[in-house]
Amino acid sequence: MFELFSYGDAGWGDEILRGLAITVQLAIVTLPVGLFLGFLAAFASMSKLAPLRYLGFGYTTVMRGLPEILTLFVVYNGVGLLINAILHWWNPEASPTEFSPFAAGVVALGMVFGAFAGEVLRGAFQSLDQGQVEAGRAIGMTERKVFWRIRLPQLWRFALPGLGNLWINMLKDTALVSVIALDDLMRMTKVAVGVTKQPFTFYLLACMIYWAMCVLSELVLARMEKRANRGIRRAS
Amino acid sequence: MSQPDVILKAEDIHKSFGQVEVLKGISLEARNHDVISILGSSGSGKSTFLRCLNFLETPTSGRVTVHGEEVLVRDGKPQNIRHIEEIRARLGMVFQQFNLWSHRTVLENVMEGPVHVKGESKAHARERAEALLDRVGLAERKQMYPSQLSGGQQQRVAIARALAMEPDAILFDEPTSALDPELVGEVLKVMQSLAAEGRTMIVVTHEMGFAREVSSEVVFLHEGRIAEQGAPDEMFANPRTDEFRRFIANAM
Repeated sequence: MFELFSYGDAGWGDEILRGLAITVQLAIVTLPVGLFLGFLAAFASMSKLAPLRYLGFGYTTVMRGLPEILTLFVVYNGVGLLINAILHWWNPEASPTEFSPFAAGVVALGMVFGAFAGEVLRGAFQSLDQGQVEAGRAIGMTERKVFWRIRLPQLWRFALPGLGNLWINMLKDTALVSVIALDDLMRMTKVAVGVTKQPFTFYLLACMIYWAMCVLSELVLARMEKRANRGIRRAS
Repeated sequence: MSQPDVILKAEDIHKSFGQVEVLKGISLEARNHDVISILGSSGSGKSTFLRCLNFLETPTSGRVTVHGEEVLVRDGKPQNIRHIEEIRARLGMVFQQFNLWSHRTVLENVMEGPVHVKGESKAHARERAEALLDRVGLAERKQMYPSQLSGGQQQRVAIARALAMEPDAILFDEPTSALDPELVGEVLKVMQSLAAEGRTMIVVTHEMGFAREVSSEVVFLHEGRIAEQGAPDEMFANPRTDEFRRFIANAM
C-alpha cells in the first residue's frame, strides 16, 4: 500500500505533494490580498463620506451573499473575458490571453476573505480604547502616527481571533479552485482516486493533510494572539 | 498685546453638543508658574473646558491663544491641524483614566512622545525617561506593562509621560477621581512637587485640599459659566456666591 504514496511513476506521493504546494501557495498569496481588501472595506464602511460607506457595505453584502464557488466562476470566466475585451480594444491584433486559474483563485478567494475581514476589522477598530487614542493626540501625534503607533498595534488583539477563523476557512476554500482545473491538493487527490480506484485511501489522506494544515495554523495563531495580548491582564 | 509670561489664554469659550450649550463663555489666563484649580459639580463643564484648551474638543466659538499665537477655528473646525499638533506637544495632558498605552511598557510609554513626536534619539529619550520615572518613584517598574501597576502608579507614569515632552504647561483632567482613596495621596504628592518647582498647571479636580493649599488661583464653574474666581484662601474663607458656598459645604 505504501507504494501508492511513493515518489516517481509508481506512486502518487509527488503528485499529492505538488498539489499541496499549490494549495499552500494559493492561500499564502491570497492572504495579503484579502487583508488589504479587508482594510479598504473597513475604512470605507467607517468613512464620513456616505458614498464610500455604501460602497463598503455593498461590497460586503454582495461577497458574503454569494456562494464562493459562484464568485470563483464569475471571476474566472468574467474577468478573463473582460481582460481579453480590453486587450482586443487596445490592440485588435493581440492574441487572446488565458486568465490563469491561480490568479482567478487569488482574486476570488481574496475578495471573499476581504468582505468578511472588513467586518472583523471594523469591529476591532470600534473596540479600541478611545482614551489611548486621545492620549496619542494629546501628546501631539499626527493622525497618521496615532494610527501606526497606537491603533494598528492594538487592533490585532481584537481582530486576530476572527481573522484566524477566516484564514482557516480560506485554507479549506482553496479546494474550490480544483473545479477550474488548478492542480491543487484537492484536484490531485481526485485524479489519484480516478486512476487507482481507491477513493477511501486518498480522500482520507487529503482529510489528514487539510486537518494538519489547520492544526499548524492554530498553533501559529495561538502564538500570535499571545504576542498581541502582551501587557493585557487576562480575566481570571 | 499679551504679556510675555502669559502661556495660555482662553477668551469667551462656548461649546455646544447638539442643542445643549455646555460652556457659555469662559475666559481664563494662565501665566508662567500659575497653578489654576478648576472646581465645579459634575456637568458644570469643567472637563469640557479643559479639553477645549488643547482641542480634544473644538470650541464652538471663542479664542484660544498659546504663547501669543491664536488658534484659528472656523465653522467648528480648527483651520490648521499642524498648529494644533504643535500646541498639544507643548501642553501636557493627564487624564482621569490614565490612558497609558497598554501595548507598551512603562518606559516605552514615557519615551514615545520624545522619540516619535519630537524626534529625539532613543538613547537620549531613554535616559530622560528613566530619570523622570525615578522622580515619580517608579524607576524599578520601567519594564512592566501598565496593567501590572496600580492606578496610582499608572497615573504617576502618565505624569512622567507628560513631563517627558518638557511642556510649557500641563493640563490635569480629574487626575485622582478614578483612584482608590488610599492611592490619591501618592499622585497628589507628585503634583504638589511639580507646583513647587514652578510648573504651570491647570487642574480640574475634586480635591479641595489641593485646590486650597497648592493652587495659586481657583476657578469655580457653575452651569457653564465662571461663578467665582480668585485666590484660594480668600475664596474658601469668604465664598461670594450661594453655589460655591453649597459646593464647599457638600465637599467637606
